[in-house]
Amino acid sequence: MLKIENLHARVEGREILKGLSLSVSAGEVHAIMGPNGAGKSTLGNVLSGRDGYEVTAGTVTYNGIDLLSLAPEARAAAGVFLAFQYPVEIPGVNNTYFLRAALNAQRKVRGESELDSMQFLKLVREKLKVMQISDELLHRAVNAGFSGGEKKRNEIFQMAVLQPQLAILDETDSGLDIDALKQVAQGVNALRSPERSFLMITHYQRLLDYVVPDFVHVLADGRIVESGDKSLALKLEEHGYVGIGESYPAGATA
Amino acid sequence: MNQPASLPLVASLLDAPLPASGVAWLDTVRRENRESFAAGGLPDTRVEAWKYTPLRALGQRQFASGDAAAGVRVVDPSTLALPGVDGPRLVFVNGVFRADLSALDRLPAGLTLQPLSQALEGDAQPLRFALSRHYREVGDAFARINAASAVDGVVLRVAAGTQLDVPVQLVFVGAAAEADLAWHARNVIELGEGAGLTLIEQHTANGELAHLATLVSDIEVREGARLRHVVLQGAAIGASLIRRSSLRLHARTRASLHVLELGGALVRHDIQAELTGDDARLDTRGVFMPHGRQHIDTQLAIRHQALNTVSSSNWRGVANDRARGVFRGAIVVAPGADGSDASLSNKNLLLSPGAEIDTKPELEIYADEVKAAHGATVGQLDERALFYLRSRGIALAQARALLTAAFCRAMLDDLPNEALREHLAALLIAHLPA
Repeated sequence: MLKIENLHARVEGREILKGLSLSVSAGEVHAIMGPNGAGKSTLGNVLSGRDGYEVTAGTVTYNGIDLLSLAPEARAAAGVFLAFQYPVEIPGVNNTYFLRAALNAQRKVRGESELDSMQFLKLVREKLKVMQISDELLHRAVNAGFSGGEKKRNEIFQMAVLQPQLAILDETDSGLDIDALKQVAQGVNALRSPERSFLMITHYQRLLDYVVPDFVHVLADGRIVESGDKSLALKLEEHGYVGIGESYPAGATA
Repeated sequence: MNQPASLPLVASLLDAPLPASGVAWLDTVRRENRESFAAGGLPDTRVEAWKYTPLRALGQRQFASGDAAAGVRVVDPSTLALPGVDGPRLVFVNGVFRADLSALDRLPAGLTLQPLSQALEGDAQPLRFALSRHYREVGDAFARINAASAVDGVVLRVAAGTQLDVPVQLVFVGAAAEADLAWHARNVIELGEGAGLTLIEQHTANGELAHLATLVSDIEVREGARLRHVVLQGAAIGASLIRRSSLRLHARTRASLHVLELGGALVRHDIQAELTGDDARLDTRGVFMPHGRQHIDTQLAIRHQALNTVSSSNWRGVANDRARGVFRGAIVVAPGADGSDASLSNKNLLLSPGAEIDTKPELEIYADEVKAAHGATVGQLDERALFYLRSRGIALAQARALLTAAFCRAMLDDLPNEALREHLAALLIAHLPA
């Protein structure tokens, strides 16, 4: 589904990704772990098309298409979803209105019929139950005045409504207490399916207690320096990032 | 300095014959204002109030006076309708009263509503005070020519204690004509003690035109009265529209003003409010949204002159293309107006590099125990919010429109009439660049 090859990317003239390669198949959950400054968030931002990230080499192929050539909205319509590390507050834009506009914009691009407000409301009600979100959030402006936990849950709720094929969760666990973390994890687990893949970017292992990944990768200094199954995450938890990747000379140049 | 009368505009406006009223005092007022207009001409940008609105181009133009065919110009009545507004209506086409388009039957008890032309034919005396103003500054040029030349407008009175439960609608239609026209309307509005009125003022276009219109409204709000005034300015894209609204708020009055400025090539609105009675309160909300090469200038001046008076002003500007917006918010808390509370905010958005907005909040306080806050900003759309919307599948243009509408929408939130509020919000969105 997703194939990243030798990806190099710069931010403000500084090279952050230095030859990252990764392959994700349908239905898989991949965790990307790594120390601060390794390039974790850069990876999420490059994949979702944020301005200011310059790809200098490498390719990203998503379902056979060149993902990097698409505008952010086209990537979304093609099924890519980024759950933001810092969801943006948008005062004055109603959450429900926003989400319906987003869903219908995607459906239109895909040649599907747009949902009217009744159909949309029905869909939203179903998803709310899964996410255990009170419908009061729907009537508020997008993320405006939301607590940290509410913002993260709103991200997962949006994901539940938009039904992406590839979900990138950028430190969705950061800043959450254990109850909020469990709720978010439950939402993610409810969305796992053979057709949907996840890229979970995280600094800590604890999210992986609740969303068990198929693969764990360590990102350090702009590339994947070690890959394994979920036991790798436990190893990291025990020993930290020190020493990881030392057996990979190319990764130790920093 | 200009030789004032040698400006083509001034000469063409003076070319119009003085309307004769047969009322001696009115003839004198008109003549004197005409003379001061002839002597003073137009203000240039050295006059502070006109610093950001140069009149050079307008000064070189000429306009035919009035519209002899205004009574028969075809106006689609559906263009006058507003959702949530279905009450008495007074319609003017190119400044001329149109009984056929108006709705003056079944006026509620306590409401006097008639065209100025008719009011003057009857008993002119009650209008003497309102129409006897002299304008001393060269910056008042358009008020002068209006006082000299206006032959029609609105006379609206709400009797003391009368609460009108239907809004009164005033519509000024600019209609395409064979020549560029100048027309002038004078409105005299008074709410008696304890009266209540919702007033919808609408400026609309009927075809492509480049007329010059001036409107002067004097609004007196007597003790304890409550006024809600909504202005929807959708004049023709080529029109020049110069308005002045003067409000006097007596003790314990509540007045709100919502303004949406969308149309016109050269638009100027002077709002001059005096809070002359204790505990008077004025809330103003406005959005100006010039695009193309439009120039929209709002000059808001509020004087607190009595104890514990409150004013709250919140305005948003959005300029696109090569358009220009101007906002000046000047609040004076005069000596003796102790305990007053004045707040003013003007936030602006530039949607393109060629657009410009000049904003200037001013606050002068000469009283004690005053609460005052003012601020103004000019910025661009939040890139992070744009990306957030796009990352969810919303295309760039739609994302920009959504954020821009959200930026303005709060100005409409406290409009009591929901149907009208939704209509105005939809107009805002329709006005945004695609």
